[in-house]
Amino acid sequence: MSHGHSTYTPKTGLGRWMDARLPLPRLIYDSFVAYPVPRNLNYAYTFGGILSLMLGVQLLTGIVLAMHYAANTEIAFASIERIMRDVNSGWLLRYLHSNGASFFFVAVYVHIFRGLYYGSYKAPRELLWILGCIIYLLMMATAFMGYVLPWGQMSFWGATVITGFFTAIPLVGDWIQQLLLGGFAVENPTLNRFFSLHYLLPFMIAGVVVLHIWALHVTGQTNPTGIEVKQKTDTVAFTPYATIKDGFAMVVFLFVFAYFVFYIPNYLGHADNYIEANPLQTPAHIVPEWYFLPFYAILRAITFNIGPIDSKLGGVLAMFGSIAVLFVVPWLDTSKVRSAVYRPWYRLFFWLFVADAIFLGWLGSRPAEGIYVALAQVATFYYFAFFLIVMPVLGLIETPRRLPNSITEAVLEKNKRGMRATAQTAGEG
Amino acid sequence: MRKGIMAMKSFLHVLAALGLGVAFAGSAAAQGEDEGGTPHYPLKKPVEQSWSFSGPFGTYDKGQLQRGFKVYREVCASCHSLDLVAFRTLEDLGYTDEQVRAIAAEYEVEDGPDDAGEMFMRPAVPSDYFPSAFANPEQAAASNNGAVPPDFSLMAKARAAERGFPTFIFDVFTQYAEGGVDYSYSLLTGYEEPPQGLEIPEGTYYNPYFLSGPSLAMAPPLADGLVSYDDGSPETVDQYSRDVSAFLMWAAEPHLESRKQMGFTVMIFLIVFGGLVYLTKRKIWSEVH
Amino acid sequence: MSATDSTEHTRRDFLYVATGVAGVVGGAAALWPFIDQMRPDASTLALASIQVDVSGVEPGMSLTVKWRGQPVFIRNRTEAEMEAARQVPLSELKDPLARNENLNADAPATDIERSAGEGRENWLVMIGVCTHLGCVPLGQAGDFGGWFCPCHGSHYDTAGRIRTGPAPENLPVPVFEFVSDTVIQIG
Repeated sequence: MSHGHSTYTPKTGLGRWMDARLPLPRLIYDSFVAYPVPRNLNYAYTFGGILSLMLGVQLLTGIVLAMHYAANTEIAFASIERIMRDVNSGWLLRYLHSNGASFFFVAVYVHIFRGLYYGSYKAPRELLWILGCIIYLLMMATAFMGYVLPWGQMSFWGATVITGFFTAIPLVGDWIQQLLLGGFAVENPTLNRFFSLHYLLPFMIAGVVVLHIWALHVTGQTNPTGIEVKQKTDTVAFTPYATIKDGFAMVVFLFVFAYFVFYIPNYLGHADNYIEANPLQTPAHIVPEWYFLPFYAILRAITFNIGPIDSKLGGVLAMFGSIAVLFVVPWLDTSKVRSAVYRPWYRLFFWLFVADAIFLGWLGSRPAEGIYVALAQVATFYYFAFFLIVMPVLGLIETPRRLPNSITEAVLEKNKRGMRATAQTAGEG
Repeated sequence: MRKGIMAMKSFLHVLAALGLGVAFAGSAAAQGEDEGGTPHYPLKKPVEQSWSFSGPFGTYDKGQLQRGFKVYREVCASCHSLDLVAFRTLEDLGYTDEQVRAIAAEYEVEDGPDDAGEMFMRPAVPSDYFPSAFANPEQAAASNNGAVPPDFSLMAKARAAERGFPTFIFDVFTQYAEGGVDYSYSLLTGYEEPPQGLEIPEGTYYNPYFLSGPSLAMAPPLADGLVSYDDGSPETVDQYSRDVSAFLMWAAEPHLESRKQMGFTVMIFLIVFGGLVYLTKRKIWSEVH
Repeated sequence: MSATDSTEHTRRDFLYVATGVAGVVGGAAALWPFIDQMRPDASTLALASIQVDVSGVEPGMSLTVKWRGQPVFIRNRTEAEMEAARQVPLSELKDPLARNENLNADAPATDIERSAGEGRENWLVMIGVCTHLGCVPLGQAGDFGGWFCPCHGSHYDTAGRIRTGPAPENLPVPVFEFVSDTVIQIG
């Protein structure tokens, strides 16, 4: 649908000259102006745009922060404080960057859940989905290494624990850990390489984002009905319709972001990270940043050995598995119908899954003791069951509701219903 | 279009409701668990105080900061360093350039090497940082029963008692960011006799507000009348604790005022801009429906 | 009908223009911190003045100190050096201006205007950075017994004035004062 004929016609001589040599204006016009998007996209579909914005914010603030940061264990902590105290606007840039990471994840989680709800991963969009999973993985790696840079207590112990995952791997685990750390513990070589990679990965993210958008523009967007675009009235032009809607969503998102940056900039952080790293003393409670908490809970939920796999390796496998399972979602879902709007049972299990993920996040922030462990085990079970049992089985046995014939029909039907409702209220009034 | 917003709204409502429900169930379970298990510290949550710098329009009370600085200088500084704070920044407290120079000159800092290759001491100048009371952490530990007195530069942001559910959600809306100062105020005013039957380690002092145990190595540092105030403020432990906590907040977050002021401008702009974008959006989409 | 149409159009245009202007203004304001952060920070500015003890610098001796990241030459000149500098007529100078931050911009490059002034003519305080392309000249070298820049062959005399070579200006004299007989404050 999107790869119809290009409607771009350069109006000026320079435009024609350019178009014959490097048709970049044509590419931009076709991708972001004339590009048709379904007319019935709701605000859940604006988070892709918001994510691009946040990537931009993180890149820009990150590049300027790197002008002042020193990746050396002796002075890293003090260099951050110099940014906070002495560098002009430094406190602003640093708070934007640290809170920006959190809001990046807020947006990506809404984006992922939206995809799961409307079945955006189903054929022919499997690669689009997988590229998204790769971006998410890269984001996690970037965020983790960025969190180490301030060289506070949480930075240090977070790095120690996370690189410790690799020691669970039989035979080569210790070797891999030392390879990552450049030493026997988290030390100066670790900090240096983390800084280097923290600077590199966002550009790789940007690269995969280009592929992600490319893949999106080949297949076209899904939409809340899950029905493919069939006729011209199903779509509107990307500009101005989607641009202005994305723009409004971005401003609202920025409002919440700014509220955190200016009024509660440390709300999402840990007090312990304002204490300089001390390799001889572990803080009482080590918790990762909030966006990793569900996975942390899954890691700690495996307290028992499974056959030859001990609990340590089991936890690490479960944690990596919880992300790996996302990659195969397109093939786990057997339903013929795409959108949860027409799948009442799937909708129920989906919301349970959302609640389960939030619950896991909360459990991840609790100490791993007593009832929490049992709860985490139940929640972890449902996490995997949703993907491995609900998705394949429900698709085969569920009877979906009647689908409209086209997007236009769905929109008109809704409008009619809305009008009737308005008329009724008016009549009653 | 309204459909879209409504669909989104219900999406969010369900999300919020599920989240709250689940967390409630969890916290109820957690409370059941707490009884009889290992005690959780602090034994008492910090007492919330009202601070001039809290809220969206909060500002520092310079008189209070100067008093707090006096308490720090005369009491705390003998053990606690202020490594990251430079004398020049004391102008924020309302001191003139001359006063800052005079304050700095009261401290000796190490400089050098001189022509003979020797390090030497000289009076501090505004560009210097507060010198530490001890040469190194080992010396600090040796003089303090093995416990290094923590640096005070970031104290107000480096300490936080857990807020718990659902308080931590309300905190977003009340803009609660004074956990550190509430904690230091509560700790300084919270020394008391240990309850009967509670054994505390030798050489430590019972304080139910202490974050990491029932007692800490620091003896009660303040006493009524210990520091003289020349602005008529009461010379009490309560007032000292409040003032020095406010000073610590400034030391940890010197740009708090400009942050909140800029925040107000940004919020107003985003509301106006968001309104305009929304109207534009409605106008553009009105042609579709 | 057409009248309402045009009001409708005006209102719509006004809305679009207002939104666009607000967006541009907001974007520009948001860019400012990214430029602002490049300026020297507060700790750098705080080091903008230093005090130097010159009590040990005898006639014929020099001291090089670092100020704002650049070398500052402090030289206690001998009688012979001062005499040589005084003998040079202004017309022979490549750059006839004193280039002394403590004086007016049009002050002539006489020996006294280059030095620390009446009673302290022996003291020469200059930023030791060649005015050509920023190398550090070597002391007591070159054709005029002053300074010589090895990078591109600029010769300065005993008052730090450019005499031959590609450099366009005399070595600059920074803002400084004697806070006591033996201590110079630069900056």
